[in-house]
Amino acid sequence: MIEAVGLTKRYGAKTAVHNLSFQVRPGAVTGFLGPNGSGKSTTMRMILGLDNPTSGQVTIGGYPYRKLPNASRQVGALLDAKAVHGGRSARNHLLSLAQLSGIPARRVDEVLGVVGLQGVAGKRSKGFSLGMGQRLGIAAALLGDPQVLLFDEPVNGLDPEGILWVRNLMKALAAEGRTVFVSSHLMSEMALTADHLIVIGRGQLMADMSIKDFISANSADFARVRTPGTESQQREKLTTALTEAGGQVLPEQDGALRVTGLPLPRISDIAHEADVRLWELSPHQASLEEAYMRMTQGAVDYRSTIDQKAGLQQPLPPGAQPPMPVPGQGQPDWYAPPPPQQDGQPFAMPGQPPAGPYGAAAAPVAAGQPNPYAQPAPMGQEQTQPAAPAAAPAPHPTPTESEDAR
Amino acid sequence: MSTPQPPLPQAAPAWQAETGSAHPAYTSPIPVVRTHFGHALASEWTKIRSLRSTMWTLGVFVLLVLGIGLAAGAMVASSPADMHGDSPLPFGFFGLLMGCMCIITLGVLTTASEYGTGMIRTTMTVCPSRGRVLAAKATVFFVLSFVITLVSASLVAFLHVAMLEGHGAGTPSGQEWLKGTVGVSLYIALLGLLSLVIGSLVRHSAGAITIMIGTVLAPLVIALFMFAQSLEGVRQALFEYSIPSQLSVFYSTSLTGSGPSGWDPLWIILGVTAVAFAGAYLLLEKRDV
Repeated sequence: MIEAVGLTKRYGAKTAVHNLSFQVRPGAVTGFLGPNGSGKSTTMRMILGLDNPTSGQVTIGGYPYRKLPNASRQVGALLDAKAVHGGRSARNHLLSLAQLSGIPARRVDEVLGVVGLQGVAGKRSKGFSLGMGQRLGIAAALLGDPQVLLFDEPVNGLDPEGILWVRNLMKALAAEGRTVFVSSHLMSEMALTADHLIVIGRGQLMADMSIKDFISANSADFARVRTPGTESQQREKLTTALTEAGGQVLPEQDGALRVTGLPLPRISDIAHEADVRLWELSPHQASLEEAYMRMTQGAVDYRSTIDQKAGLQQPLPPGAQPPMPVPGQGQPDWYAPPPPQQDGQPFAMPGQPPAGPYGAAAAPVAAGQPNPYAQPAPMGQEQTQPAAPAAAPAPHPTPTESEDAR
Repeated sequence: MSTPQPPLPQAAPAWQAETGSAHPAYTSPIPVVRTHFGHALASEWTKIRSLRSTMWTLGVFVLLVLGIGLAAGAMVASSPADMHGDSPLPFGFFGLLMGCMCIITLGVLTTASEYGTGMIRTTMTVCPSRGRVLAAKATVFFVLSFVITLVSASLVAFLHVAMLEGHGAGTPSGQEWLKGTVGVSLYIALLGLLSLVIGSLVRHSAGAITIMIGTVLAPLVIALFMFAQSLEGVRQALFEYSIPSQLSVFYSTSLTGSGPSGWDPLWIILGVTAVAFAGAYLLLEKRDV
């Protein structure tokens, strides 16, 4: 159990972490998200007693890290892959750490086996690839068989096989009742691994909630409705009927309609009543990535812009058209805010039961019934259901999804 | 390696169950040992012996001490000059003066390289008692450099005595032996320890090595160019208390007639190192890693 209370860290005039309070509980993988420079690593360093907080405190099992008895047997950490002396072999590196924490030397070969580095145990870690460095860092974290584990960007540089391994490892560690705290920028990976999320931006807490609540609270779920493409009057008829029934309808570029505020069965009923055939009626729940982008868009410090190459380009010949910028350059400036919740608050905060976007505005049909979009499966099971959009956004996002996100 | 994991027990119920209880369920089967200074010593010994830079610096050190020492001895032995009963031990001085640069480098690297590579964060996470780590580093380094210096200085001393016996060299007294081997080795090892402490304070290898080399050389160089009459006192002090001059005191052949004598240099460097060590210790406890 990691507990931060009013954690603040200032470097001169710059506040890296401001008044951060959260709890990381055992038995679950807790994801730690935030844009670059949002204070994730600083927070991790304060948890490990490497940096002293300017004010506030953070404890592990009730003790500040540096007062923790047998710290290395209670907490294991991967801070960054390159926190090793490159001139030392993997085995000697781990051996020195094992000796420092009073762990039998044979444990070194055990963890080398766990991370798959037996073959290069005698090689100097200078020559390791980023992925091998990560494995060595994970080995160091597992060395003491601790009950609290912190991983800062553990999958950076790992091959797909290694990513799968890390994902299963995190879940297995949490299932044993350990506290697992993982920071990552890879949203798809987080969606698959984490049970709970802590999101910070500019050093302040933005969200502390389960991953499912986070997605539904910060994304606009909608239904995509497609009428036969050849008959545009059918589309207008349906648009009118849906608007009259209380839904919001947005036309999409390819002729489909994006409907919010109505449950799927109700849309189907309305279409039937209006005598409109449907070619598509599909639910869309946003990915963790989109939910995260929406939440943190105001807190991003480092944002890329389109490469203007100003002053470097040849003057255009008279009459020539300037080339169109290729889409995808630069970062999008703005994501539509999520739809207002029942209480009109744009971002759901911890403690509030998140309202399903459809259930909220739904007509009598939805009342008293389970939300047709709500995923009834408990946490953990979702990962096994490929169709569940809540916690399992497709590893390869379809073009329409990425379009939604832009 | 990553065989598909069996279906994991449901995390969610465990989560909810844990919300109430403060203590996590997991306990490691590996016996928990209360760690002490001995563990840190073993760890630092593993660290220092597993680096090539240790082998390189100490190897070059031994080579310099033996090489220059023997070359000096051979030169005297081949010359017709008679030594008029002087002790042959001072010929070891030149090798040690050159060699101490290696010890300084190794001392700095022992601490500063951990900062350079980021290893210090791993170390301080595994052992949050920062003072224990510094003390272990200091102990391991001091003992290692003392032993290596003692062995090479003694070897050179024995060889000199053997080589120069026929050239009228006197037999060194017990006191001279003690100072020329143990005394000078303690001094060099302490100089290395001071470098280690400076490395911990500065946290930057190149910076700390520069500071230490400057400390060894600068006073002599500055004194050489201090011509003004009014600065005569300063010049004299710089000469007398420069590290090469203090080193030569152990051979009773000080560069100047006055200044520190006997075992004085040892007490001086001991005091300086102790003060620096206390400063490094306090700063280490206080600073962010």
